[in-house]
Amino acid sequence: MSQVVHTGAEGFLHRYEGLRERLPGARLPWLAALRAQAAESFRAQGFPTRRVEAWHYTDLRQVTQATFDEALTAVEDDIVLPKARTANRVVFVDGRLRSDLSSWPTMATVASQIGRIEGRIALPDEPMAALNTMLFEDGMLLNIPAGTDAGVLEILSIASESARPTAFHLRHIVRLHEGAKLTVLEVNQGPAATRYLHNPVWQVEVGEGASFTHARLQQEGALAFQLGSIYATVAAGGTYDNFTLNAGGRLVRNEIHATLTGTGATCHMNGAQLLGDGQHADTTTFLDHAAPGCASRQTYKTVLTGKSRGVFQGKILVRQAAQQTDGYQMNQALLLSPDAEMDSKPQLEIYADDVKCSHGATVGELDADQMFYLRARGISEAAARSMLVRAFLQEAVEGIADETLRGALETAVEGWWERQGEPTP
Amino acid sequence: MLKIEGLTATVDGKEILKGIDLEVPTGEVHAIMGPNGSGKSTLSYVLAGRDGYEVTGGTATFDGVDLLGKAPEERAALGVFLAFQYPVELPGVGNANFLRTALNAVRRGRGESELDAMQFLKVARARMKELSMPEDMLKRGVNVGFSGGEKKRNEVLQMALLAPKLAILDETDSGLDIDALKVAADGVNALRGPAFTALVITHYQRLLTYIVPDRVHVLMGGRIVRSGGKELALELEASGYGAPQAA
Repeated sequence: MSQVVHTGAEGFLHRYEGLRERLPGARLPWLAALRAQAAESFRAQGFPTRRVEAWHYTDLRQVTQATFDEALTAVEDDIVLPKARTANRVVFVDGRLRSDLSSWPTMATVASQIGRIEGRIALPDEPMAALNTMLFEDGMLLNIPAGTDAGVLEILSIASESARPTAFHLRHIVRLHEGAKLTVLEVNQGPAATRYLHNPVWQVEVGEGASFTHARLQQEGALAFQLGSIYATVAAGGTYDNFTLNAGGRLVRNEIHATLTGTGATCHMNGAQLLGDGQHADTTTFLDHAAPGCASRQTYKTVLTGKSRGVFQGKILVRQAAQQTDGYQMNQALLLSPDAEMDSKPQLEIYADDVKCSHGATVGELDADQMFYLRARGISEAAARSMLVRAFLQEAVEGIADETLRGALETAVEGWWERQGEPTP
Repeated sequence: MLKIEGLTATVDGKEILKGIDLEVPTGEVHAIMGPNGSGKSTLSYVLAGRDGYEVTGGTATFDGVDLLGKAPEERAALGVFLAFQYPVELPGVGNANFLRTALNAVRRGRGESELDAMQFLKVARARMKELSMPEDMLKRGVNVGFSGGEKKRNEVLQMALLAPKLAILDETDSGLDIDALKVAADGVNALRGPAFTALVITHYQRLLTYIVPDRVHVLMGGRIVRSGGKELALELEASGYGAPQAA
């Protein structure tokens, strides 16, 4: 009997056809219909190619030419977890909840209790979100009641070792009601020698005067692909703070869509990409100012060594209604190797006439004057480089007030330096 | 002793130093004066080991150790300190972190134990008080937003902390008002002693009123053209540097 090998979009559609009766919530008509709709959308679009403008700098052929298997159901095998950073931690292994390793606050629900998410799940237009909707099995549902401070929650996604490439698609849904507060530390990790695709989607709804701080440590395994998307809306007086550290993975895309829907909403998107030989990381942001008097701040820093490639695309859309918008975007890259490449594409699209909107981009090398100054004070060349790289990252990191987040980030940056063979000062 | 013999150096292929001969015995402070473009700053950079300053001939040794083949940080560990004419701003690098990293690097080089954060703060605060520096300068980014005088004071603070054997002061007086000049000079004078050697590079005589040199050398056209006692500085101030070849 011959076996047909399916790659690319066809492989995932084939899997959906095979699994559709067994996917979580298969008996819920609304969800079955939504998955079918997502499958249609994904079938029509396929994986994006470089001919699609939003994917011009990121080539997915490495992903589409691979064959992915479903992760085997690892129920009770021993998996080595990193130390928990917060009192509550939810652990997903290969995209499935490990409740035996998890604890969560009372307002949180695991999304595989799928009946609870009816009416809350959306189907964005983008193909990666369609793929996720078609195949997601698990995720967090965080529904924070009005006026509640839910504290800090760590969400860990970890891939297990596998001889064959695997794929999983976490779907997280966060809703903060009026005046609620939540901090999430999202950690993504995996083994160095396993090829896998992690395709997480976050749906975030920040209510009036609510505040959601979302820090992401992307430390996937060295062969991994991560193509993640966030869709956030922020109501009047609410705040969405996103910080993403892209340090792992072989091919990574961090796509964030944020829409400011109410007067005085605020969005901060900051991030750092730390790339070594062979890595490709793409941060793509869409900031939609749809209401008056909103503020957005974006600061992204990319450090590239070896033969690596970084991408930043950032679009700020200011709709006609969004008077008194205050928008700022800065992306800067530091090239530590002649073989590294950075592509950056900022875009402003402004339809209101009373706005303050600015953007800037720089690509450069370490400053020779600064290097000499440090070395003339006795600091070794390697330590001087390390100090200047950390200083370069500082601006993107300084907005993080939470000490747990800061500590986790600091450790991640150190880990990256060690992998580059550089000492930390 | 700093001993320079027949030193020639080029910058961007252009010969700037054309054969410098100079000896500064241990414990002495010598001034190097000269007009703009005579090679004063180039000499200081060559001695400190800056990239882009290519030594094409001659030697420079300190206490018998060849300086020219060493990396800047190795020279610093030997006790060489360059006070910059234009101190560099390091946004994102805290001054305290910078000073402690530098001090510990130099202490390691000297075979001394490293200072922890508390020990360092104690030492740094004491030195800052002597230099009338506000303590919040430790918390700020290195030289970021510092006035010209504060930057120079920060250089003197670094020198006081690192306690070099050989200090090269490159136009430390430029951009300073008279009060700041006195503070900087006091910082240098406090280090003077039998084990402290210094090369004070300046365009003007006024710094030498406060840091009185043992010898004064005139650098013109990439060579030392004249040497004398401290009174030579006053004479130059009165009559100017004259024709480039007036030896």
